[in-house]
Amino acid sequence: MKSTILDVTARLLLPWLFFTSLFILYRGHNLPGGGFIGGLVGASGFILLVMGPGLEAAKRALRVDPFSLIGVGLLLAVLSGIGGVFMGNAFMAGLWLPTFSLPLLGTVHLGTPLIFDIGVYLVVMGFTLAMIFSLSEADS
Amino acid sequence: MNNLILLPVFIPFVAAIIGLIFRTLPVQRTLGLIGMAAATISAILLLNVVMEQDYLVLSLGAWQAPFGIVLVADLLSAIMVLISCIMGILVMLFSVQSVDNARQKTFYYPLYSMLIMGVNGAFLTGDIFNLYVWFEVMLIASFVLISLGADRAQLEGAFKYMVLNLVSSLLFLAGAGLLYAKVGTLNMADIALKLAIQPDSFLINSTAILFLISFGVKAAIFPFFFWLPASYHTPPTAISAIFAGLLTKVGVYTLMRSFTLFFNQSFEFLQDILLILAALTMLTGVLGAAAQYNIRRILSFHIISQIGYMIMGLALLTPLALAGTVFYLVHHIIVKTNLFLVGGVIEKVKGTGELSKIGGLYRALPFLALLFFIPAFSLGGIPPLSGFWAKFALVKASIDAEVFWITAVSLIVGVMTLFSMTKIWAEAFWKDAPEETENKVEPKTLKLMYAPIAIMVLMTLYLGLFGQGMFEVAERAADQLLNPEGYIQAVIPQSTEAISKL
Repeated sequence: MKSTILDVTARLLLPWLFFTSLFILYRGHNLPGGGFIGGLVGASGFILLVMGPGLEAAKRALRVDPFSLIGVGLLLAVLSGIGGVFMGNAFMAGLWLPTFSLPLLGTVHLGTPLIFDIGVYLVVMGFTLAMIFSLSEADS
Repeated sequence: MNNLILLPVFIPFVAAIIGLIFRTLPVQRTLGLIGMAAATISAILLLNVVMEQDYLVLSLGAWQAPFGIVLVADLLSAIMVLISCIMGILVMLFSVQSVDNARQKTFYYPLYSMLIMGVNGAFLTGDIFNLYVWFEVMLIASFVLISLGADRAQLEGAFKYMVLNLVSSLLFLAGAGLLYAKVGTLNMADIALKLAIQPDSFLINSTAILFLISFGVKAAIFPFFFWLPASYHTPPTAISAIFAGLLTKVGVYTLMRSFTLFFNQSFEFLQDILLILAALTMLTGVLGAAAQYNIRRILSFHIISQIGYMIMGLALLTPLALAGTVFYLVHHIIVKTNLFLVGGVIEKVKGTGELSKIGGLYRALPFLALLFFIPAFSLGGIPPLSGFWAKFALVKASIDAEVFWITAVSLIVGVMTLFSMTKIWAEAFWKDAPEETENKVEPKTLKLMYAPIAIMVLMTLYLGLFGQGMFEVAERAADQLLNPEGYIQAVIPQSTEAISKL
């Protein structure tokens, strides 16, 4: 059954859900949130598209293949660990930029754990979407 | 820092990831092979370093033990990692020609790399929860590999394999939870230290039994072995060969690690259980094999009976017995993988592994006959092949420990193993072919399948004829296992004082 309300809402919600997911990802280091939940929220926007306008619209909006997201995410997570090795420390040892202030975000403290979390974000998002896409392909 | 220890885990992982991003078969295959070769080189380096320094410890993320996760390589770990990498590269080479293209295209090589990564991780980790994670990595990769292609028979086998292994993981988690609730740490060295300072026989024994069941399922010891013969003959040979060679041995390794590190003080209670289980495992495996007439099924049952020998060595817990077990592990991994691969060539050429439908292979494929003869009779324990020395050490250890009944069982099982191997030899190679069947493929084209087998045969011969060096290393590994203080001290340097008070 086609529902115009769902179609329109899904398209409207997609960018908001996406930016919310980025915010959840960013605040996750010391507060509730992080790559895993962020990835799920990010994926939910595209899942809404699948349920409303359909699979093709969701794939077009995502632009990349979900499997590539998994690959790139894993690669990022691994690379975030190598920094420590080059500094003569253990694998996965955190490296941090000096803190600085930004409007809206307040004190910003960036380091390799964030890169790891971005990796997790991409893996979770890619994995969820790969699953949902192939399920809805089998459906149609 | 000792980041070297991470490489055997890290390299296959990166190869798998890049294979995920560039999803074409040539890329995945090349990367997989390069990754496995590089991992093998890193494992050789690791073993060299461990030979010099005894222990190598890496605290991941620079979080010191017992708070962070540590990777620890002692001699046993380093030996196991090296042998798993060598088997990894050889069987991967074998699969290039033997696994059909449809299966290879569905992420075969990345999954295979992940499997080896999980196995290596399980060998190297020094943290009990992390061990659970590596088990899962290994299992998930193996679930997909065993059901790849989705044959009907394959899915049935895969289902049994999956359910039983998940149950075993749960039991392991329960055991780890019990330990954690009591001693408040997950670091294996720290657990050992706390249990040594404050022995609590109730906790130790209940955890030991949970671990015994859980690792016992993974190692396929009696009475938890039935998933193995139900599933190992269904997937393509390369996959069942690497499973047969490595996966059950991870179970044996974790049994050795946990029983020597955690439960060594209450060992009298466990020893009888282990000895009885070892005897029953040997007997059921070899008797099960006698009833089978399919090459891979016979070989699957023999994995079980051979696991019995390793458990026997662990149960005796003398320096010679443990050294024998380590030697047995190495010998068995090589020989067993080798035999599965020979079975794979036969299936490829003749189209079946049923002994009643094949024959005359000695005349048709004399070189293959030689490649089967050596590992088969090594498995049977004929001197001077590697199996003889492995069995000899264990039998001598059992006589020294004056447990004569297990000596008797192991000798009888040895003879019956030989009987099974002669059965394959007589049926597949010696008797006349039942009807003149055309070869499905020209054997001369299977060079990539023959080469890994030949290399493994050379390794068996080397272990048999010049096994002295390997046995000395095994003795050192056994010595480390029997003196867990060294392991604890290497992981937690500040524990020196606590250990000296014991």
